[in-house]
Amino acid sequence: MRHVYIIGTGATAVGEHWERGAASLAIEALTGALGTIPASRLGALYVASALSGTLHAQSQIGALIATAAGIPGVEAVTVEAGGASGGVALRQACMAVASGAVDLAAVVGVEKVTDVLDARREAALALATDADWEAIQGITLTALWALLMRRYMHEYGYIADDFAPFPINAHANGVANPHAMYRFAITADKVRSAPMVAEPLGLLDCSTAADGAAAVVIASEGLARELCASPVRIAGSAVATDTLALHSRPNPLWLAAAAQTTTAALRSAHLTHGDVQVFDVTDPHGITAALALESSGFVERGTAVALAREGALTPKGRLPLATGGGCKARGDTVGANGVYQIVELVAQLRGHAGAAQVDGARVALAQCMGGIGATVATHILTLD
Amino acid sequence: MDLAKHWRLRHARYRLEGQRNRLTGEVRFPPAPLHPGEAEDTWEPYVLSGRGRVYSFSIVRQPPEGFEDQPPYLVALVRLDEGPMVTAQLTDCDLDQAAIDMPVEMVTRRLRDLGPTGLIVYGYKFRPIMQM
Repeated sequence: MRHVYIIGTGATAVGEHWERGAASLAIEALTGALGTIPASRLGALYVASALSGTLHAQSQIGALIATAAGIPGVEAVTVEAGGASGGVALRQACMAVASGAVDLAAVVGVEKVTDVLDARREAALALATDADWEAIQGITLTALWALLMRRYMHEYGYIADDFAPFPINAHANGVANPHAMYRFAITADKVRSAPMVAEPLGLLDCSTAADGAAAVVIASEGLARELCASPVRIAGSAVATDTLALHSRPNPLWLAAAAQTTTAALRSAHLTHGDVQVFDVTDPHGITAALALESSGFVERGTAVALAREGALTPKGRLPLATGGGCKARGDTVGANGVYQIVELVAQLRGHAGAAQVDGARVALAQCMGGIGATVATHILTLD
Repeated sequence: MDLAKHWRLRHARYRLEGQRNRLTGEVRFPPAPLHPGEAEDTWEPYVLSGRGRVYSFSIVRQPPEGFEDQPPYLVALVRLDEGPMVTAQLTDCDLDQAAIDMPVEMVTRRLRDLGPTGLIVYGYKFRPIMQM
């Protein structure tokens, strides 16, 4: 298999784009990622979107965006895997380039969620749970994470306040990200006094679903050297699944697909856990990031929250997380999150992350998950 | 609307009918299709007792479409006595009464109303077992 490189990235601001549709957002991101490369050179286009079919009532969004980009005729496909859509689409593009089938491919993650009211959006997000055995009970993804948080607190002796370092870190980092929805810091007092969304999760430990698009252009090694002065290698790539319903798992606090994909991605990159210097994981809530870090093997079970309290998540800490603001401060673009992660981590590896820069970062891990980790995509990015 | 979608799950939804493995005795819920290669008679229908304990719970305050008239409502993972875990609402239970390990039993309740031209969907919820 050939080596695969990221040679361009682009993203729109995350927020409420009342005047713009999905195609408009996608084209802005793709244009940024292409830079001076003509779109006509793309051999394939992979579009990630979790909710386009449900909320825009538009399927075949791959063809829609190819047309809007002025390249109808290009091979294009839409990837839907809930919140893992972006990472799964990236993996499809990696395999296409690695196999030699395509030399240049683009991945565009796009989500347009603000055209509908809250209840409809919650129902669309809850489609990532098991429709017959979870969603029919009126349970939401937020409530599922909330009950995992409560169980985690029960098993390991934490209180809800202990999770505050996750959103505090995300907001502190979001200040430096020009694409972030919330570019302001928050305090532990604010987190503690926020109204409840689903006990024990309060409003400031819950991400806000928002509109946005992000894109990356990936290339074979030869083309990357020709077209880009600072290519970033995708050294590891893996996707795995778990049971759709949380209740079907032997231990609900264990995200098996996160564990499996991290092991596989590190192995293909010939790296170990200790080599990773900066992280971005799906983190709509502190508990989500905690379980991802623990299941992926970066910290012992039950310790992620204690480490967060000690400052491990900050850009100067042992586990720099959400350096672009994460789902909480960047804004939660659901199926596009996995592509935003790549855009932000490429900035880290190129030393362009401003106040959230991790000194000397050469190895980064991006992990996105659909539902409660029913699909997980993990990628390792490196500087050669 | 959605008639067959809910009708075909009636045994599981109305009486908590899962499956038991004829060889190992393992009980599972909800019932699932045979895996590729599994013998036709591997699993037999099995009605669960409906008793269990709360593994964890939360309160939904921002409901999805179709549940707007219900919040705040309790949702839980319940570990059934036979082993399987099930996701369900807690009912006949005050918000501050719910607790991890609380003993509960299954009852049949309205899950949601699909509107004037649709079904009223019934199914299982769980309530605290009365202390004698």
